[in-house]
Amino acid sequence: MSALLSIQGMSHYFGGLKAVSNFSFDVPEGVIYGLIGPNGSGKTTIFNLITGIYTPTEGRIIFNGQDIIGKKPFRIVQCGVARTFQNLRIFGNLSVIDNIRIARHYKVKSGLFASLLRVPSFRREEEEIREEAMQLTRLMLLEERANDDAKNLPYGALRRLEIARALATKPKLVLLDEPAAGMNPKETDELMGLIRRVRDEFKVTVFLIEHHMKLVMNVCERVKVIDFGETIAEGDPRVVGKDPKVLEAYLGRGGAEC
Amino acid sequence: MGSLFSLQQFVNGLQLGSIYALIALGYTMVYGIVRLINFAHGDFYMIGAYAAYAAFFLFNAYIAPGNVLVFLVLIVAMVVGAAVAMLSNRLAYRPLRYKPRLSSLVTAIGISMFLEYFFSAFPLIGPSPRGFPEVLPKVMWTIGSAQVSNYVVIDLVVAAALMIGLTLLIQKSALGRAMRAVAQDKDAAKLMGINVEGIISFTFLIGGAFAGAAGLLAGLTYPRIMPYMGILPGLKAFIAAVLGGIGNVPGAMLGAYIMGIAETTANAYNSLLGEGIAFVILILVLLVRPTGILGEKTADKI
Amino acid sequence: MHLLKKFPLLAAALCFYIVVTILSLDQVDILNGYFMVIIERSLIFVILAASLNLINGITGQFSLGHMGFAAVGAYVSGTITTLLLKLPPPAPDAIFSGPMLVFLVAIVVGGLCAAGVGFLIGFPSLRLKGDYLAIMTLGFGEIIRTILNNIDYVGGPRGLLGIPKFSNFGVITLFTFLIIVLLRNLVQSSHGRALLSVRENELASELCGVDTTKYKVLGFVIGAFCAGIAGGLLAHLLQLAHPTQYGFLPSTLLLIMVYAGGMGSLTGSILAAFSLTFLTEGLRVAFDNIPSFNLGGTMVRVGTEWVMVIYAVLLILIMLFRTEGIMGMREAKLLIIGEKKK
Repeated sequence: MSALLSIQGMSHYFGGLKAVSNFSFDVPEGVIYGLIGPNGSGKTTIFNLITGIYTPTEGRIIFNGQDIIGKKPFRIVQCGVARTFQNLRIFGNLSVIDNIRIARHYKVKSGLFASLLRVPSFRREEEEIREEAMQLTRLMLLEERANDDAKNLPYGALRRLEIARALATKPKLVLLDEPAAGMNPKETDELMGLIRRVRDEFKVTVFLIEHHMKLVMNVCERVKVIDFGETIAEGDPRVVGKDPKVLEAYLGRGGAEC
Repeated sequence: MGSLFSLQQFVNGLQLGSIYALIALGYTMVYGIVRLINFAHGDFYMIGAYAAYAAFFLFNAYIAPGNVLVFLVLIVAMVVGAAVAMLSNRLAYRPLRYKPRLSSLVTAIGISMFLEYFFSAFPLIGPSPRGFPEVLPKVMWTIGSAQVSNYVVIDLVVAAALMIGLTLLIQKSALGRAMRAVAQDKDAAKLMGINVEGIISFTFLIGGAFAGAAGLLAGLTYPRIMPYMGILPGLKAFIAAVLGGIGNVPGAMLGAYIMGIAETTANAYNSLLGEGIAFVILILVLLVRPTGILGEKTADKI
Repeated sequence: MHLLKKFPLLAAALCFYIVVTILSLDQVDILNGYFMVIIERSLIFVILAASLNLINGITGQFSLGHMGFAAVGAYVSGTITTLLLKLPPPAPDAIFSGPMLVFLVAIVVGGLCAAGVGFLIGFPSLRLKGDYLAIMTLGFGEIIRTILNNIDYVGGPRGLLGIPKFSNFGVITLFTFLIIVLLRNLVQSSHGRALLSVRENELASELCGVDTTKYKVLGFVIGAFCAGIAGGLLAHLLQLAHPTQYGFLPSTLLLIMVYAGGMGSLTGSILAAFSLTFLTEGLRVAFDNIPSFNLGGTMVRVGTEWVMVIYAVLLILIMLFRTEGIMGMREAKLLIIGEKKK
């Protein structure tokens, strides 16, 4: 399997503070890949670097054969990288279906004038967009709430909406930032099934960061553990989970939930 | 008039800068502590001028024009300025403290509008400009090529005294430490047992008092007052604060004097440039270095 | 209302009927000229409020210098009709006369110039947020006003005078109707949703593939264009254009209008524009009619400045107690484009 995402020697500093140091790894295509580490180890920073929110001080990021460093975030999304956020960033005052339709926007062909005049091709495209969005709501069990304002949704539904929105951008790689945060065990189990289904039905590669051990061990096919922006272990989750260095990083810091 | 870079221009610029400095300090302190651009601040300056005007007539019955009268009138202007500022905070800004910042900004615009039109509409104050009385007999001296009046001295001395007093307060006193703490992190300060609302109120008090003082000085120096006199100076003082670094006390002083000298010089060259130089400075600062000369960059955590 | 929504043709016919009625009543002088001017001004303010709402309410930016765009439109169109072409005043019954067509072109040119200015302002403003953006737009608005105040060719501090009265009820209604329909179509399209997403959460919007820079500028440009048109119409209604009409305080009044109607609701802007324009006139007349009275020896006059005091208090009250105004972000059913249900 070729690497869909390849990060080479990436470092990032915030002023004098080292957030990520000489970081390299490959995410193979079609795999569910997990990045775990204690709080403050640099996980979200890595996501921010990949999606173009920050530009790394050193290193290269190759996605699908293209060097994406220096591109603006929306371009990177258009290349096929989607992401969810740790602290949900939903469009609260808009409806569920609008949230999803926005993620589909960059592929819309109707120009400004066609939209202002509501020509037939525009109307057809709107219908198409609506249908696709409704399909996603069905998949994410949000169909009944399609027209509700997003801010009125319960927490679990919001997380599913974030994932639905990410999928609406028709990505090749989906970055999930702590998808299980704040979920109870039942919801976490449902989430695990959902992640597998997403990978299978949408043919995407999933790259998630978590510090919820159970989720990572059960869902991820490959895992990388980091601390203080550096790699401690990598490979099969079952092997990594027993690695003494990993245990020290976690138990020594009192980090993960199991 | 004088030529472009003369001593006279410089003196005039310092004079103008002193007034801007007192107003700018209020803007910068309030922004530093509650992240609010208090649009109404220029109107506290206007109210200070009117309070001084009223105080003059009140005291003139007993005291002749002179240094004592100036001092008394100054006190009144500062007290009234402080009172209006604290009242605005209590009635309008405090209820919106934890709501989106835009609401506070728009409310500040509303208060500014209210003060301007109220003073304009109120029958005894009225919309027409009034000449400011001669609270102190004017004395002129010649230093080099410049004509310097005792008003210049008063402007510079009062401004300097207040600024030095403020700096000492902030750097040396417990109250000043508390102010700096609240400016850094309101919640942490609260946990340390600091009365955050009290500190905020005190900041408005000082800002308002300084604006009031500026109003008196302006009345003396450019002897015409009217309800809308606060708009442009307020805006320019704000730009000066941004230039120096909004939230930064020495920055406000620096920016104000630069602004004062720049404006006087530009005005000598061309009156259109004089009117517009402040906005040009604003746009340059916002485009090139939004944090200002002495300001620090703060990063947002994503 | 439900009936109207089901048969949009019926709604259009009703609007047409109202417009024709007003026109004919005006012709036979039942509705007097003064009343007509208030209606016409209300319609122009509908355009101004709705276009500001596009920038502030829909796209979530913060423009404090909106009247500056209107000024550009007013002065450009006024210069074309009055100074450059020296058009004669329109004949009362001429609808499609030559000068009238030139006027229409001038209005659109004014709008395009305003759009250009909006583009210039939009670009630098993109990097700024909230307070700083507000100050920047305020600064630009003041710069426009200062420049106009100093160009003697267009009248400088005396203003541009002697503009022929080309704006009549029909023309104003037509422009207002078109602009509202176009804005409604914009907001309820995919592009409109992109604008809304910028308001809701700019970072998330960017991460959904939306070019937020482009859409922020787009909001400004379209808003500026509409404001420019409104400015042109206003100048040709009042027959003059003066820098003080387009300064910070008029921009603030617009802001009050949009807040009162509801940030994000086109319907709200329409309602607020009408209500507040009529209310302002009513209050002015009321205050004018309060006789001066004698208070301890001085004649005290209750002036019309009190109207502005009332508006200031209104703004403060809205901010303290009901930020969402009348409509919040909702639209009247009439303005919502129906989605086909299977």
